[in-house]
Amino acid sequence: METLILLLALFVLALFLGVELITKVPPTLHTPLMSGTNAVSGITLVGALLAAGTGSSPMLVNWLGFIAVTLATINVVGGYLVTNRMLAMFKRK
Amino acid sequence: MSGSLINLIYLIAGILFILGIKGLTKPKTAVRGNFLSALGMLVAVVITLFTINDVDFTYVIAGVAVGGIVGAVMALRIQMTSMPQMVALLNGFGGGASLSIALAEYVTRTGINPTSISDFFQPTVVAASAFGEGAEATIALVSISLTVLIGAVTLTGSLIAFSKLQELMKKSYGLPGGPFGNGILLLGALAAVAFLVMNPGNTMAMVAILGLALLLGLFLVMPIGGADMPVVIALLNSYSGIAAALAGFILGNTVLIIAGSLVGTSGLILTRIMCVAMNRSLANVLFGKMAAGGETIDADEIYDGKVTSAQPDEVAMLLETAQRVVIVPGYGMAMAQAQHAVRELADAMESKGVEVEYGIHPVAGRMPGHMNVLLAEAEVPYDKLVEMERINPTFEDTDVVIVIGANDVTNPMARDVEGSPIYGMPILNVDKAKTVVVIKRSLSPGFAGLPNPLFAMDHTLMVYGDGKKAVIEMTTALNQL
Repeated sequence: METLILLLALFVLALFLGVELITKVPPTLHTPLMSGTNAVSGITLVGALLAAGTGSSPMLVNWLGFIAVTLATINVVGGYLVTNRMLAMFKRK
Repeated sequence: MSGSLINLIYLIAGILFILGIKGLTKPKTAVRGNFLSALGMLVAVVITLFTINDVDFTYVIAGVAVGGIVGAVMALRIQMTSMPQMVALLNGFGGGASLSIALAEYVTRTGINPTSISDFFQPTVVAASAFGEGAEATIALVSISLTVLIGAVTLTGSLIAFSKLQELMKKSYGLPGGPFGNGILLLGALAAVAFLVMNPGNTMAMVAILGLALLLGLFLVMPIGGADMPVVIALLNSYSGIAAALAGFILGNTVLIIAGSLVGTSGLILTRIMCVAMNRSLANVLFGKMAAGGETIDADEIYDGKVTSAQPDEVAMLLETAQRVVIVPGYGMAMAQAQHAVRELADAMESKGVEVEYGIHPVAGRMPGHMNVLLAEAEVPYDKLVEMERINPTFEDTDVVIVIGANDVTNPMARDVEGSPIYGMPILNVDKAKTVVVIKRSLSPGFAGLPNPLFAMDHTLMVYGDGKKAVIEMTTALNQL
């Protein structure tokens, strides 16, 4: 229970921090912001690794783990690469 | 490795994500920000790999390989005009990943081992401690089932958004009863959540949550189209973050919670910005009918005999004598792939001493910031892209405005005609300029289904035809003058 309260506190503080940070992103960077945060939400890869089955798990868990790892990796790799591609266009003058 | 050390390293990853987003607040620091964020991801993933030792790595390696290749190919081959589709897909994948994690966790903790479909319909007896003691068990079950719910809505909703943006699905379908149909689906899913919390072993309840949520995602997005897409994409972006944060609660993982809530707020803030820019509530975008009242305004009455058309070379002569020109792009520019042609026209004007800026409406295009990315691709410096609040006061000192592929965001009815469906929506006041040039295929209405009195004004010139072709002709004519 105590852990849960700590996690909840972390969650709420992160929400407030998110508001402070995101409102400062200029409209011109809103598309890279979306693809960049998409990449960040690929953090589910960590969750996918933790939830991935062991050798003795039911097949279903192994397959769900495989799907989760695949989808999260697409988000991480695709998200960061495409964001970088866009931001490089904004950088040159 | 000890739990505290791992959590400290997760904290470092969290800080890197925060610094990464902070970098995105300025174009100059954005590339570095993205790099820091990616570094945070690498740290989090590598440390996690050290903590799992009894995992069957065949599936993990296969997943990373497949996902890495698919992700890289998508990211490197996608055209900038198709960015909204890509983001929609990534949102869906994020939701799908969280959904799979929650389902895997449910199956693992209940200890069920289904070998055929029919096994799902057999309630299982679950050990009392499978989800923890007392309140802990309730919270674990609530987190798991809500992750399934939100993850599934994000998955199917995003896939529909993708097919609409890719124009695979052109028609809009809704449930009978519209918002009520969706409300019933949502209530049904929540009832199944409550039932599952009381009967953890009832796999039927889990199947029901999954099925209802998948349907809800479909029917939530299917009736929404066109210019409302920026709101939908931003909202689904937020859902994918919330699903990730909830998955963090299931696994008791701090970095998932930090990253997920940052993404969740980002999506919500963008949703709000888009709604404000259309002067509509979120409920109105999701469930409302935009065109109500639109039929009462007769287009013929507004346009009849009052529309002046012009040829590209006539416009070129106007541009040559202008001191200041503002270009207002919309989704039509993306459709015509005209961003490079527009940049060349701007170059031609600038070489003749004309001051050129771009006026960007927040909802121009199909996602937040869509126009900015397209123009950045065409190597337009970002400081020439001026947002609505800053460009609006300058229109009175502007000689020529070129509107290309934008319609509703320039419609003066939003400002002047009380009772019109778009009344109150902030617009670009292009009609205040000395001359307005509108490049458009025909006088057909925009997404709002309204005629645009701007087209019939005395100082407006309509250039009919394909946007790219018209702009190229203007550039050629201007260079010959």
